[in-house]
Amino acid sequence: MIDAVSAFDEEGKTLTADCVVPDESPVFEGHFPGHPLMPGVLLVETMAQASGYLILGLKRFVNMPFLAGVKNAKFRNFVEPGAPLTVTASLDHDGSGFAMTKASVSSAGASLCQATLVFKIMPFPARELEQHLRASAVRIGMPDRVLSR
Amino acid sequence: MSTETFTKVAAIIAETSEIPIDDVKPDSHAIDDLGIDSLDFLDIVYAIDKEFGIKVPLEAWTQEVNDGKATTEEYFVLENLCAHIDKLRAAKSA
Repeated sequence: MIDAVSAFDEEGKTLTADCVVPDESPVFEGHFPGHPLMPGVLLVETMAQASGYLILGLKRFVNMPFLAGVKNAKFRNFVEPGAPLTVTASLDHDGSGFAMTKASVSSAGASLCQATLVFKIMPFPARELEQHLRASAVRIGMPDRVLSR
Repeated sequence: MSTETFTKVAAIIAETSEIPIDDVKPDSHAIDDLGIDSLDFLDIVYAIDKEFGIKVPLEAWTQEVNDGKATTEEYFVLENLCAHIDKLRAAKSA
């Protein structure tokens, strides 16, 4: 979902990323006919990805954060095809084996949604997954320093 | 275990897991007696971390239990959990 990371603030434990909702997608055929909207679940996924890359970067890709909970999700505005999105994720709590983030999505300065996300942090269950995420992190412009252990 | 610690932990569990506070007793086992699952326990640990300004070493505890080096009672019976919290607080302020 994320096209590019625009800021990774290590000290502030915050990541900001950009993406654009595609103009066309099979998703819009059913959601909804004649009134295409980005489903809320995909907005949650966008916030989860930003949060996930934030945690991966802060922990230098040593462990994998798996989404374990979504709290207080609010969807404030419709998100239409072609909308440019800015997603922000901030680390709220770095626990033992888990983390919580606060994430939000906006477009042209207007708040679209927000949620608190819970992640269970575990060793990578497959080398292939780690390699895939590292490659994705490079593609979206995560800083080089967070990619090395 | 300090009474203050137990009172706060009981309130956290009652609020987080929607368990009547009168059911939360010092000898309650969080998993076996109160039915708290691992995901709910993350919320409880989060609240404990925030309330007491500590980092409960949940990963290490879980590993010890999985390795057979500790029983679940040692960490998940509330009076034992609260005693560990007191130790973590003392270690932090030392």
